[in-house]
Amino acid sequence: MTTVQERSALPQEREPNPALTAPDRPIGFGRVQRKEDPRFVRGRGRYLDDIVLPGMLHGAVLRSPLAHARLVSIDTTEAAAHPGVHAVITGADLERLNLAWAPTLSNDVQAVLATDKVRFQGQEVAFVVAEDRYTARDALELIDVEYEELPPVVDVRRALDPGAPVIRDDLEGRTDNHVFDWEAGDAAETDAVFASADVVVSQEMVYPRVHPAPMETCGAIADYDAVDGRLTLYETTQAPHAHRTLFAMVAGIPEHKIRVVSPDIGGGFGNKVGIYPGYVCAVVGSIVTGRPVKWVEDRSENLMSTAFARDYVMRGEIAATREGRILAVRTTVLADHGAFNATTQPTKYPAGFFSIFTGSYDLQAAHCSVTGVYTNKAPGGVSYACSFRVTEAVYLVERMVDLLADELDVDPVELRLANFIRPEQFPYRNKTGWEYDSGDYEPALRMAMELVDYAGMRREQAEKRACGELMGIGVSFFTETVGAGPRKHMDIVGLGMADGAEVRVHPTGKAVVRLSVQTQGQGHETTFAQILAEELGIPPEDVDVVHGDTDQTPFGLGTYGSRSTPVSGGAVALAARKVKDKARAIAAAVLETRPEDLEWEKGRWHVAGDPSIGKTMTEIALAAHGTVELPEGIDGNLDAEVTYDPPNLTFPFGAYICVVDVDRGTGKVHVRRFVAVDDCGTRINPMIVEGQIHGGLADGVGMALMEFIGFDEQGNCLGGSFMDYLIPTAMEVPDWQTGYTVTPSPHHPIGAKGIGESATVGSPPAVVNAVVDALAPFGIRHVDMPCTPARVWEAVQGRPTPPI
Amino acid sequence: MQVTMTVNGTEVTRDVEPRLLLVHFLRETLGLTGTHWGCDTSNCGTCVVLVDGQPVKSCTTLAVMTDGHEVRTVEGLADGATLDPVQQGFMAEHGLQCGFCTPGMLLTARALLDRDPDPDEATIREAISGQICRCTGYATIVRSVRWAAEHPVGAPEQPAEEVPA
Repeated sequence: MTTVQERSALPQEREPNPALTAPDRPIGFGRVQRKEDPRFVRGRGRYLDDIVLPGMLHGAVLRSPLAHARLVSIDTTEAAAHPGVHAVITGADLERLNLAWAPTLSNDVQAVLATDKVRFQGQEVAFVVAEDRYTARDALELIDVEYEELPPVVDVRRALDPGAPVIRDDLEGRTDNHVFDWEAGDAAETDAVFASADVVVSQEMVYPRVHPAPMETCGAIADYDAVDGRLTLYETTQAPHAHRTLFAMVAGIPEHKIRVVSPDIGGGFGNKVGIYPGYVCAVVGSIVTGRPVKWVEDRSENLMSTAFARDYVMRGEIAATREGRILAVRTTVLADHGAFNATTQPTKYPAGFFSIFTGSYDLQAAHCSVTGVYTNKAPGGVSYACSFRVTEAVYLVERMVDLLADELDVDPVELRLANFIRPEQFPYRNKTGWEYDSGDYEPALRMAMELVDYAGMRREQAEKRACGELMGIGVSFFTETVGAGPRKHMDIVGLGMADGAEVRVHPTGKAVVRLSVQTQGQGHETTFAQILAEELGIPPEDVDVVHGDTDQTPFGLGTYGSRSTPVSGGAVALAARKVKDKARAIAAAVLETRPEDLEWEKGRWHVAGDPSIGKTMTEIALAAHGTVELPEGIDGNLDAEVTYDPPNLTFPFGAYICVVDVDRGTGKVHVRRFVAVDDCGTRINPMIVEGQIHGGLADGVGMALMEFIGFDEQGNCLGGSFMDYLIPTAMEVPDWQTGYTVTPSPHHPIGAKGIGESATVGSPPAVVNAVVDALAPFGIRHVDMPCTPARVWEAVQGRPTPPI
Repeated sequence: MQVTMTVNGTEVTRDVEPRLLLVHFLRETLGLTGTHWGCDTSNCGTCVVLVDGQPVKSCTTLAVMTDGHEVRTVEGLADGATLDPVQQGFMAEHGLQCGFCTPGMLLTARALLDRDPDPDEATIREAISGQICRCTGYATIVRSVRWAAEHPVGAPEQPAEEVPA
């Protein structure tokens, strides 16, 4: 099914049951205000730093000022004696507890507090626990650390040079900075296609290091009860269950004695997936002092030490016929993983899902090889709404297609239209092994062209060029792969990527849904209530959604990679269907008929052929818990639980067109318009879907034009505050224009594909393609992100892009 | 040292360290956790409160600097059970997601509407340009403020309308 609407915030065209719903209050899918908003607009959200426990102390982390240095000595005497200080913990202390090093999510280890060397600027060296946060910070100044400076590895291209300083000499036998080699696709087949192709275009491009920078930084409160050996850990985490399991493994506290609570989260974007040293230090601090310990990082700590994103140096090549048939894409990538390999992605995918760099095109061959290396920079790499590196993949292929269009002198839109995977080819297996579930690409691109008035924009551009003005139109078309598992192929540290949901219908017909995933602003309390409402006909306001507490929710891997709706959404729908089947049996018992003689209308089972005789879910719920004699095999509740193991990933797609004006005097890029047409399959709450897209579009403008974590030659981080790491404000982004098509996922219980990261993935190449298009009169083929005024101006002057 | 100020209409007096930031005075001394902290450098604006009706970044204001002044936080926006129009507008137009920047945005919006009851899009964008939202991409915040302008104080209490965006 494909529907076309000019504005996507209109209610979904589903027929609500008029008997059950008022027109503005859909029972099920449709635009409905968020259940979480009333507390947020009153300042009544409960974020981590809002939590105060009796007797709580405050922790602060001392960090390395150097990128690479040997630790000679640490003197904590003065700090420990400072009034109000309760403990000063160093790597040596942790070593005695066997906690100085912790496993990462990529089968490496990471220093909790440095013991031998510091390996990036901002690395954790010591932890102070004090009466209040100001005193803890004061005491950091009193710790005396002696370092012996070592040469740092900053340029990823030099990390594998013979003689490069070895960063990870903690790993036995390690003589270089190599982390992994990984490839996908058929190299020989691809090389053969390239060898015989009419046209080959190649380009080196950098997807620079950026940072998710959620407005709320990361933090934890550890509350260890020595009497019963129980740890309650409040954390800013997107994955509370995975954290509990990992803490059990790392800290040796039995899993059933650990409760992880993830309260309201002030944005995550992947930054809050991993376990940071500060969390471990808070736990140790609580064990050592016998009191709860809160640790909240400041903004510089967040930007300098927590999970960054991207940092791929890519060489892309695209092969085509002279007539514009794209034949193959190949790429080699150097991936900067920082000082510890602490990326978060499924174990078998060290480069995430980068192998979807074949994009939305029907290719004859494709191949990629990715080499990961260590550098003296903060660890991380998979975050910032990247869908496990689909961001880098989409950027690569969409830049390459534009470069090919330039080479062939054809319109980039026409080149894309001519090479799309066709609707009848779905499910489509690409050349690196992905099976795209569904897609209908051309209508989406045509809608975007119509919304932006593509022909009109091109005419205007020609007129402007004639008088020397620089205007650019950039197109990108992306296909994502999101919603990991299936669990047999995908795991994180051995935990299969499935997620759960429990549904309970109370005797009065109100319901609770308990989720293993955790919201960071996506509106789960609303969306998941709507999924249950759609399935059971219980109004969303009568459904409570519980999440973010491992004591109250089923196990699952958490929210990242646009997984929540594809995975836990599937679990909710299937659990609801179990409840519905059970309700049928109970209704039949009450009505003294057979279950197969009943028909479902939303919220009610009635006798087939006589709708006047039936039972509503509320009546059935009461009966389930009442005195009616239940059928054989039906127990006295209306509950169900499902762990959903997705059979495949889902493949959202979209067409984005960006229009920019470039000031040739200053190099400043102004994003004048941005049109986004998205297809995430079934749209549960169009308002929320739309909001997810808007946020991602702003991310894309930010990455393309402003955001950058740079380093100087000594490894000093140059993006360590919001004075330096520039994020778009309302002045840098336009009013987004959106449209949508609906191509449901055929394998998902409700046809939904996930929307959390589509726009962050799809928008950067649209902006960069627009900038390069604007600069075409100067013969410029490529500008690396971020396309800052300085870089654009240099490019216009005919000078190469300054190196990163 | 002793500081006395009016917070959300109530006079408060406390002994504070001279270096105590206003954001920590509100959050930790008074327990008003609706005001958030986000950056230390006056860039993000999650800490915005109104001091004598003007938006001020409380992360770079000392508590003692507001001695004798009137401070208004997000907790002081609603009139009992009746939400301020900006609060209703943000709900109606999806002007918030994670909610972390929201209190600061709401207060800036309130200050804007107090001096300009009918601002256009460009005026709204400029007014909130000292604040960062990482979730919404700002368009729905602009619409939220417009919603509030179109439903000014004095309108009877009502649930926010269903308005196609």
